[in-house]
Amino acid sequence: MSTATIDVPHAARVEGDLITAIENLTLSFGGLTVLYDVSLNQRRGEILAVIGPNGAGKTSFFNCLTGVYKPQEGSIVFHSRSGRTSPIVGSKKHPLLVRALEPGGIVPGWWMGWRAVNTKPHRVNHLGIARTFQTTRLFNALTAFENVKVGVEARQHTGPIGAMLRLPRTRREEREGDARAIELLDFVGLRERGNELASSLPFGDRRRLEIARALGTQPELLLLDEPAAGTNPAEKLDLAQLIQRVSGTGVSVLLIEHDMGLVMSLAERIIVLNFGRVIAAGTPAQVQRDPAVVEAYLGASHKPVAGGEEGQ
Amino acid sequence: MTLSGAAASTLPGAQAPPQGPVTGQPRLSWLRRLMGSEDARRLLSCVLGLLVLAVMTGPEGSASAPLSGFTGSLFHLRALVFIGLGFVLWAVITLRRRFGERARQASDWVSSAPRRLVTNRQARYGIYLALLAFAVVYPMVLSQFWQNVLVDQIGIYVLLALGLNVVVGYAGLLDLGYIAFYALGAYSAAYWTGALAVHPPITLNPFWAIPLAILAAMLAGVVLGAPTLRLRGDYLAIVTLGFGEIIQIVATNLQGVTGGASGPASVIPHFSVHVLGVHYRWGLADLPYYYLLLGFVVIVLVVFHSLENSRVGRAWTAIREDEIAAESAGINVLKYKVLAFSIGASTSGFAGMLWASQVGYIDSTLFTVQLSILVLVLVIFGGMGSLPGAVVGAAVLQWFPWFLRVHPLFGFQQQDLFIYLGALLIVMMIFRPEGLLPSRRRKREIGLAEHGIGTADAMSEPGGEP
Repeated sequence: MSTATIDVPHAARVEGDLITAIENLTLSFGGLTVLYDVSLNQRRGEILAVIGPNGAGKTSFFNCLTGVYKPQEGSIVFHSRSGRTSPIVGSKKHPLLVRALEPGGIVPGWWMGWRAVNTKPHRVNHLGIARTFQTTRLFNALTAFENVKVGVEARQHTGPIGAMLRLPRTRREEREGDARAIELLDFVGLRERGNELASSLPFGDRRRLEIARALGTQPELLLLDEPAAGTNPAEKLDLAQLIQRVSGTGVSVLLIEHDMGLVMSLAERIIVLNFGRVIAAGTPAQVQRDPAVVEAYLGASHKPVAGGEEGQ
Repeated sequence: MTLSGAAASTLPGAQAPPQGPVTGQPRLSWLRRLMGSEDARRLLSCVLGLLVLAVMTGPEGSASAPLSGFTGSLFHLRALVFIGLGFVLWAVITLRRRFGERARQASDWVSSAPRRLVTNRQARYGIYLALLAFAVVYPMVLSQFWQNVLVDQIGIYVLLALGLNVVVGYAGLLDLGYIAFYALGAYSAAYWTGALAVHPPITLNPFWAIPLAILAAMLAGVVLGAPTLRLRGDYLAIVTLGFGEIIQIVATNLQGVTGGASGPASVIPHFSVHVLGVHYRWGLADLPYYYLLLGFVVIVLVVFHSLENSRVGRAWTAIREDEIAAESAGINVLKYKVLAFSIGASTSGFAGMLWASQVGYIDSTLFTVQLSILVLVLVIFGGMGSLPGAVVGAAVLQWFPWFLRVHPLFGFQQQDLFIYLGALLIVMMIFRPEGLLPSRRRKREIGLAEHGIGTADAMSEPGGEP
């Protein structure tokens, strides 16, 4: 496979105001290791892209980050804007002493290292990480507006009693939710289509609706799983602008994408995965020149590479 | 529709009379030609089906005249009635095939008419009030018998159907042990009013037992739901089925407490009010109980309606549609499922409590799994996830057997009830899977599921699990 792993950690672990710190993530299903020792940090506000050939482990990586998969080793720590540090994935293999000896090991929440932490997907969402899916997963029988509202309501507090009795707080939240949902539909450019069923929307609109629903949950980090898959060039351009606007509102974006054009134009930094390992990291220009990346995507001339045929 | 259409389009060619034999056997050629015609075959199967029904519903055979089961039905005026009904059925099917699309449009137009006509709030509340006034006044002119049916058979079941509607219709969970909570409500009513052999710390008026019965059923719902609602679809149905059986068997065998199959020794008291000098006692008369039930049903309707159109209701819809997506949109799936389950359970317990106090007597043989299935049928018939559907479904389906019993048109016998309900469900699922008065969301879901987009409930196994 790749021999260029030596200098990768430095490029993947950036300094500064971090939003996620992922260390030594290893995920395997039975004997098949899908992610191997993946480490990367993301700065707040950054658009970071994860690329790699098919089967490189990109979506598995997302699923670890959102609490769907439970990695065997490694840790994922999320730093929220309020200054709270929450582990999404911790490990039993990092007991207190070891973590305390590490530089910066004692942080709020450090004691969580004692036990295996596997945050449930809805808890991850509450922490401030929202995601979209590779194949859009909308609530098809609901209208576009209702879809966004489900997302918005994830941040509200109306309980069953309040909902049954329509207490003042319920009514207030209902009004606020409506306003916010319309605002978000406007933001992604679907305001006129708010009353249409999600299933009746064209493909590009479905993608944007999914982003609006994710934004409804007020995330600090938005994970986009191949947002441009199956869209035409015009929609791709729209989408790139939308992602830029999302980023402009202060939301960090982590992007998985096949479309090199989109990635190169959007991402500030790129991480390249191949066979579950980080083989390169850096700015688009750096990554493009990286021999390991070229080898992974296009195949090396001197030896056959298994992952090469999927390159763009 | 589509299925029979597809079958029919392939059949005529296959069934066309072969040329050789026809010329060889001219005597049978008319029959072959007739059977080659789609309409004739359909007519024949309609008439034969109805004749089978005539035998099924007709008089029973006896040891002295073993064939009387057949002769009593087939060589009797009844046979003609059923053959006539066969023709009617055939006509309906034929017309449906010919004008089906237009009929569907027309029925959609009719069923959406109220929504279109009554856009403003006042008019809608006016209609609700008119319906309520009708529900208040109409039972007064009914006979004693029908008033009793209205309370025992319709009112209680409307309440039960409304509760199960939350579980099955809103959250999409299949609960086959629903009647267990009904039993719990009934037994806690008996316990708190001092009817059981085991006496409570303080004996309460049935009114005060209501919250306790609801609480008991709700707790049972949470205790049962919290571990089992992690399961999906079929597994949940099996667990709830088992729970229903457990409750019934415990009630039967715990003779010292429940009185087992012969019921508690003393009578569960009726409701009574002693407030501010007002003394009123609900006695054996049905009408006062009817109004009590009506009041509770209206409250439940209002409460569930606002629940449906709230954050909670939308979360249930989201879970029903796509559990993975709902979870990643920040919805605590387990919490909302347990919530739906326990709301359904407490409604069931409430109904059981009311019923126990009205009848004054309970025993463990009443809480069979058949009753759970019956309530499920009411909800499916009315339209899952639709409040008017649950009410109308329960009312119609509970009223009709009694109507048939009083007017034994076709020899309806109570023990055949489930045969008809089964047949009704089959017909429903083919022609109107969304139920009598479907909710808009459910109707869309079923429409989409038929086109292969998504699933209509949270029962299927989603992909993406590790």
